[in-house]
Amino acid sequence: MIFLSFHTWNPVQGLGAMEWVGWENYQLALTDPMLWQSLWNTIVIACLSGIPQHLVALPTAYLLVRLGARARHWLSVAFFMPYVTSTIAVSMIFYVMYAPASGIINKTLVLLADASLTQWAFAWVHEAMPIRWTQDNALIRYSVSFVVFWKYVGFNIIIYCAGLMTIPKDLYEAARIDGANAWQQFRYIALPLLRPFIFFAVTLTIIGNMNLFDEPYVLTRALQQAADNGMTISNYLYRVAWEWLDMGGAAAVSWILFGIIALLTAIYFYLFGRKGLEEHS
Amino acid sequence: MNLLRHLGVSAALLFATAVSASAAEIRLEGYPDFDSKLERLLPDFQEETGLKVHVLMNNWEEHHRRLATTLATGRGAADIVYVDVGKVGAFVNGGGFVDLTERYKDIAGHYAQYAVAQGRGPDGKQYAVPVDIGPGVMYYRRDFMEDAGYALDDVVDSWEAYVEYGRWLQEEHGVLLIGDATSVAQAIVFTEVEPGNGFYFDRDGQPILTSERFVRAFSIAKQIRDEGLDGRINDWTEDWYEGFREGRFATELSGAWLLGHMQNWIAPETSGQWGVSGLPAGVYGSWGGSFLAIPTHSQNVDQAWQLISHLLEAETQKAAFRNIAAFPAHVGTYDDPMFDEEIEFLRGQRARQLFAEIAQNVEPVTPHAGDNIAYDMIFEVALPRVLNDGEAVEKALADAERQLRRRLRTL
Repeated sequence: MIFLSFHTWNPVQGLGAMEWVGWENYQLALTDPMLWQSLWNTIVIACLSGIPQHLVALPTAYLLVRLGARARHWLSVAFFMPYVTSTIAVSMIFYVMYAPASGIINKTLVLLADASLTQWAFAWVHEAMPIRWTQDNALIRYSVSFVVFWKYVGFNIIIYCAGLMTIPKDLYEAARIDGANAWQQFRYIALPLLRPFIFFAVTLTIIGNMNLFDEPYVLTRALQQAADNGMTISNYLYRVAWEWLDMGGAAAVSWILFGIIALLTAIYFYLFGRKGLEEHS
Repeated sequence: MNLLRHLGVSAALLFATAVSASAAEIRLEGYPDFDSKLERLLPDFQEETGLKVHVLMNNWEEHHRRLATTLATGRGAADIVYVDVGKVGAFVNGGGFVDLTERYKDIAGHYAQYAVAQGRGPDGKQYAVPVDIGPGVMYYRRDFMEDAGYALDDVVDSWEAYVEYGRWLQEEHGVLLIGDATSVAQAIVFTEVEPGNGFYFDRDGQPILTSERFVRAFSIAKQIRDEGLDGRINDWTEDWYEGFREGRFATELSGAWLLGHMQNWIAPETSGQWGVSGLPAGVYGSWGGSFLAIPTHSQNVDQAWQLISHLLEAETQKAAFRNIAAFPAHVGTYDDPMFDEEIEFLRGQRARQLFAEIAQNVEPVTPHAGDNIAYDMIFEVALPRVLNDGEAVEKALADAERQLRRRLRTL
């Protein structure tokens, strides 16, 4: 791949067609506004989907553990289901649900706007209709992020459940005797002891979200609509390689992507890593 | 998608071993709906020739990606491949296909000339041969046109007249002119090509994205969008199908092949409401089509050509037309009585004669290796910015051209 990134190569012409171009691929990629735009999209979608994932997964896991084994098993299976379902299938179903005229989301909103009980809260709906969840550049990042959130929140819940199970019950008991309520037990016992797990889960989210491909690809209809704001850097990479058949350029982009992920992970390790791991040891 | 790819690769490996075992077996790769056609046609061919044909179908996108991979690595490529018109430029200019000029030259005259030209490389040699074509047409709802007292001629007279009809529709019926204004821009870009130019490049290979044709195409599409005459409904979505069924829009620009989809599954209940005409402004244009080619790595070029020439024969082409409504590239088939049949879905119109007339009159346009990149730049980047985000036409086109020039260095 390093070798390839210094060449131009149209794969259709066979391996013999490689041509040495030096740093040209990198120069071309780094000066391409589409690369920066897609990188920005990736980061925004990563934050919009990543942060809520952990904010929701942590308390949910805490509640699940407190509910006892039986309920926890059943509910964790339910929360984990989206994670094991095919991403393409999930995205396609969401795509249908997001449809402007026939989609269930917009139809529900209209229903709520017409019902006498909920009318007051949904008065804006009729004016906004049809809401183009996957067609509008203004909305696409939220629509993609929601699918990503929905799909991966269960995975984080499982990690956090496992983490919470490792905390000895005595600690909670001791806290209770000291007069700590449920919130205080979560805040001062569970959360600090979970730090290595949070660290692990967030690292996975960063790496996973920087590589996000399937969800935006399906929801933008193979980058045909709202691609300005919906195209992630992996989508951009795919387009350069497989639609435009410029393998050298794509190799350069993937090295740039590798560098960015390494950098982000390094920053994260630097800021939180030492602290997170020290507490554990 | 990953699963599909893995399946495809393992299937390919299996087939590859099978193929190397015996030269009397060839492999053909394509995408739906060709499998329905081949299921019907291949058994007889195999019996007659003793040649065994393995068929591997992938979805449209996967198929073309697989084709690029196999050509790149020189392994696992099929003996025959289907290639879509949108991708053919990139492939015939890449040099991954066997030169068919000698084999094809005696029969080339039988096929729609514009499509034959699309299968030629920049060196003038024939690398891909057209198997079916898509005459560009306008489907329209008769109940919102002639039944309501608006003459078809007044609609298709010019693009301006077409937009004017849209305004009338909105006022009188509250119906949209078209599902998505993008189709109008596409129709103008693809049908009003200046003599000697390609779709996006002039004869010297320089991009012409800022030329008058693109400005006009974008401006008319923008006018339609701004006046609310289209519904911003994407093709091949549930909203689009519902639009056909419920008569939300009065016209749709497409290939002749759309008829098969409309009457078979999109909106069979609207039979008799529809009519078809040439595209507005009286231009002959094409909309879709497929080619056959032999990858250079094939060990069985002669057998592969045997099957290709079978698929190109008039009788086979007619059978495919009956079967999956793949419009024949063979112009000799247009005399068949089948072409005079009245089509019930179109209220008894003899539409196939119109399709044939268009097929024989489309002007050839030279393909360029950068066509599919240019297509993305124009229709997936620049046009949405103009229509949805209010960017000025000239700026969007200038940006697209600059981007295209940057990309072209590898072509």
